[in-house]
Amino acid sequence: MSRFEVVRTGASAPGVEPATQRNVAHRNADPNPSAKALQEKFSSAIKRVEVIWGETVVYVDPASVHEVMGWLRDEPSQRYDFLSDLTAVEYRDAEVPIEVVWHLRSLPFRRFLRVKAQIPKGKPLEIASVYDLYRAADWLERECYDMFGIRFHGHPDLRRILMWESYTEGFPLRKDFPLRGRFSRSEQLRQALAQNPEARYSMEELTIADAFAELPADMRERLGKGERTGE
Amino acid sequence: MGLTAPAEHRTVSYAPESQEGWVATRLDFLVNWARANSLWPMPFGTACCAIEFMATAASDFDLARFGMERMSYSPRQADVLICAGRVPFKLAPIIRRIWQQMPQPKWCISMGACASTGGMFDNYAVVQGIDTIIPVDVYVPGCPPRPEGLLYGIRMLQEKVKNERAADAGTRDEMEPDPSSQLYIPPSVIDELGEPFGNSVNQTRSGL
Repeated sequence: MSRFEVVRTGASAPGVEPATQRNVAHRNADPNPSAKALQEKFSSAIKRVEVIWGETVVYVDPASVHEVMGWLRDEPSQRYDFLSDLTAVEYRDAEVPIEVVWHLRSLPFRRFLRVKAQIPKGKPLEIASVYDLYRAADWLERECYDMFGIRFHGHPDLRRILMWESYTEGFPLRKDFPLRGRFSRSEQLRQALAQNPEARYSMEELTIADAFAELPADMRERLGKGERTGE
Repeated sequence: MGLTAPAEHRTVSYAPESQEGWVATRLDFLVNWARANSLWPMPFGTACCAIEFMATAASDFDLARFGMERMSYSPRQADVLICAGRVPFKLAPIIRRIWQQMPQPKWCISMGACASTGGMFDNYAVVQGIDTIIPVDVYVPGCPPRPEGLLYGIRMLQEKVKNERAADAGTRDEMEPDPSSQLYIPPSVIDELGEPFGNSVNQTRSGL
């Protein structure tokens, strides 16, 4: 290797294939092996499989989302143990259903899988919660409910997280929501000032004394003796 | 103690020709001079303007030159509220309460386009100018303003403070909101001792 040879990002030496693929096809690349396993296990619940920019997207029947996600987490050959994101997408076209998107990561197999479920508009937007599978879904589902109005069945505490509790204008990220909100500025300000800033916290969130019971036993013992250093 | 000043130093001469030892001035001037040069800011930083505010307070621009050495993170010891950044509707009652907890005399600087007008955030979530909630003395334009801009605004506020007159009763007039309106917060709530504010309960100014 001469002194003046350019080393491109991702390549450790000339002629060595980088760990991160450089030339990724837009469509029709090989899907993640999990997609095939899903199609074999849940034949009818898997609507379709797409590969976009090298990332596998699996469309799942909304009714069997919880079952599919549970299998993906617990099956020893899959082990998607990390929910990295959960969100929703609404398209401008009124005919296209709203999509709920889960981004799953398998840390042992270094795989990434995007699961989507399409919920038709016109009916109440409802889908199963994955809170019992991934604790990370707690705030993500609350945010999704706050912004899109999708109700997650089985979520223990489904309430607004970004907007305040008494917010009545609707769900801001829906396409039929006007950018400036539904009410006049003075009415918005009046309602905002009427809220109690402390009302949206439960007593459990306000007091740290209750957290003591959940500490590890040895830490509780040391703190009980009066030690205050923490570690 | 053995330290005894000579007799001529222990007496003060009031004769007009003796220039040392005393100075005559207007009380207004003295009070305003002291107030203008010891403004303690209550930083209310919500966005990128707060980064510029930090730069202003740091050694390059050195806000301490103007007597603002001490950031007052409790509203009860603050003189000037510097609102740096956009204020969403969710924060509206909080900044309102902070303003009411600040003792008189108090001033407010609205720093940046968002705090002054809502700026580019003409949407459902952002207050369109904090002057819809609290009174503002100086608006600093910019997105965000450079530290020099904020310093200029602070110098303008100091000019304003220096030109106040104690005899003018209207200066410190605080409009009490109509109890039926949402702007009204009862004194008991304003004086409520929040844990982060420690033992400052005796410094409230709502008359209770």
